[in-house]
Amino acid sequence: MKKQITACGDWILDRLAMDKVWNQHMAQYYAPKNFNFWYFFGSLALLVLVNQIVTGIFLTMNYKPDAKLAFDSVEYIMRDVPWGWLIRYMHSTGASAFFIVVYLHMFRGIMYGSFKQPRELIWIFGMLIFFALMAEAFTGYLLPWGQMSYWGAQVIISLFSAIPIIGDDLSLWIRGDFVIADATLNRFFAFHVIAVPLVILLLVFLHIVALHEVGSNNPDGIEIKANKDKQGIPLDGIPFHPYYSVKDIVGVGVFLFFFAAIIFYAPDMGGYFLEHDNFVPADPLKTPEHIAPVWYFTPYYAILRAVPDKFAGVIAMGASVFVLCLLPWLDRSPVKSIRYRGGIYKKALFLFVVSFLSLGYLGTQPATDTAILMTRIFTVIYFAFFLLMPIYTRWEKVKPVPTRLTEQPSLEERIPAIVDTFNEVTVKKSITTAEGDTVIKLRPNPSGIVTVLIRFLKKLKASLD
Amino acid sequence: MKKILSLILLLLSFNIFASTGAELHEADVDVSDSDSLLRGAKNYVDYCLGCHSAKYIRYKRIAMDLGVEENKILDNIAPFEAGIYDPMLTAMNGHDAAKWFGTQPPDLSLIARSRGADWIYSYLKSFYKDDSRAIGTNNLIFEDVGMPNVLWKLQGIQKPIYKTINGREVISNLVMETQGTLSSKEFDRFANDLTNFLVYVGEPTQLERQSIGKYVLFFLLMFIVIGYLLKREYWKDIH
Repeated sequence: MKKQITACGDWILDRLAMDKVWNQHMAQYYAPKNFNFWYFFGSLALLVLVNQIVTGIFLTMNYKPDAKLAFDSVEYIMRDVPWGWLIRYMHSTGASAFFIVVYLHMFRGIMYGSFKQPRELIWIFGMLIFFALMAEAFTGYLLPWGQMSYWGAQVIISLFSAIPIIGDDLSLWIRGDFVIADATLNRFFAFHVIAVPLVILLLVFLHIVALHEVGSNNPDGIEIKANKDKQGIPLDGIPFHPYYSVKDIVGVGVFLFFFAAIIFYAPDMGGYFLEHDNFVPADPLKTPEHIAPVWYFTPYYAILRAVPDKFAGVIAMGASVFVLCLLPWLDRSPVKSIRYRGGIYKKALFLFVVSFLSLGYLGTQPATDTAILMTRIFTVIYFAFFLLMPIYTRWEKVKPVPTRLTEQPSLEERIPAIVDTFNEVTVKKSITTAEGDTVIKLRPNPSGIVTVLIRFLKKLKASLD
Repeated sequence: MKKILSLILLLLSFNIFASTGAELHEADVDVSDSDSLLRGAKNYVDYCLGCHSAKYIRYKRIAMDLGVEENKILDNIAPFEAGIYDPMLTAMNGHDAAKWFGTQPPDLSLIARSRGADWIYSYLKSFYKDDSRAIGTNNLIFEDVGMPNVLWKLQGIQKPIYKTINGREVISNLVMETQGTLSSKEFDRFANDLTNFLVYVGEPTQLERQSIGKYVLFFLLMFIVIGYLLKREYWKDIH
């Protein structure tokens, strides 16, 4: 019996070499052994993608892409379909989680220079995935047919009409009607459930194949293939499976813990993941007071509002995303990782992160004069990070890069220091309760907090030099 | 566990309901209090259902979720001749309503999700006498709302107290002119029950959601611990 099963397996493997594919991409794919926290987000993005596809399939079984029925069908899923509420919350929370994970994944790439030679194409495929993901999120957001779905889509599609000469015809062509209407909903449904997901799957395939050709970067930004043993295996490399497949499982667990906490205890996340106004059915005659896109689009929306001219604003918004594609050629530094770069790049990256988060916040706020002024300042910083990069990366002094991977303290080794810090910022106090009992309670220790803060700021300053 | 988690998530998520300028009263929402929900359902049918449907909920669902016999819901709460499978529909004709009030009274199934509990509670309490309007009342939270104060008999009639800020007269607060049939404490409870009911109607699965959540999180904690031990075992030779 056993023999027959093996023979059967061999018959298939002779015709479809899945064992070779497995070895090439998992069991004999050598990854640097020093991946840290930031390296979880690639596999997590894949997990969220699978979550979106599976929950999406179940949603389409009950959703009706019809302007008259769409809103009702979503509430039907939420109330009458068994477990429909869970599927829908997994999908809506998954959308926001996708952007959180992808933003952190991209930040990792910028921090450790993963976009640099020879990984330019991986970065380009990644950016294309990001564009497709934005299209996917935008088309998906129209489907619940709430007020924010409707007016958000109205605002974004009307941006196309700012293009000279062809603008009006172009936006009419996209909508299929003079306003957002049933025709728009139907075509957005088609894009959301089949067209864009196919593109994303293809790009993810290319992203991974391209990555496995040149090999993964690492926090030191050193090519591990430069040091190989006699068998041609990198000295600092370990097989992806089982080492990283097992490690990523822990990352998956921690991610799912937070993911489930949001789904079960705060699925609308105070109006950030599911906007309050989107619980009102779409009404073409009633414009909401304050139209804001979902949080993951707000940085670009803020840049759009920062520019006084509409068409120039559209260009600026497009450029703010597109400029990321040019990163491999804007960065002229001889080193990859932030660990060996000079202080100027670190400060520039710090300012970039601050401006990106601030733009994200300002994009959710009404456009007051101060808000617009702040937005303009942060928009300038955002673009300066990229456009001045050829100058400051060539100009700054970098540190010498070691030839082999360095060791960093692991999370376990850091636990005693974390415990010490906790003891420093708290103080044990005996408190007499109303019932007359004396209990010892932990209270914040102001002087301890100040010393820890000062130490933290000093460390931050040192790490930016 | 559940409380700690919801507190952490609450702290993380500063709310972004559209602000109306006027300060909101805090509603005491507890959707596990089925007595309050039943009182709220009764209040809703008696005072709101005449104009406002809540079409996404059925009487059957209320009976199931609150653990009450279907007959009791039909006898005590649902309007005369309503069936247990009926959604909470209003008898008012939408076109007529639009003629009378200037706008069709909205369905309130999801009002708690779009406006928030505090807004509903404050809105119900903030009607005041305004002779300049055809319906004789206005609302501090929702200025020039088309809805008259249907609860005036219970609450009584409030009148505004003005103060001058930067040369403009604004309402500083409302005081009771003539007391209604309920004391102000009783009326607060009435409005709170109604608010609680609307929060429940906004998402009937929320109780189920929260009670399952703790098992899921416990499972995931175990998953993390076992996954971590597995990782450590595999990685012990890697230096």
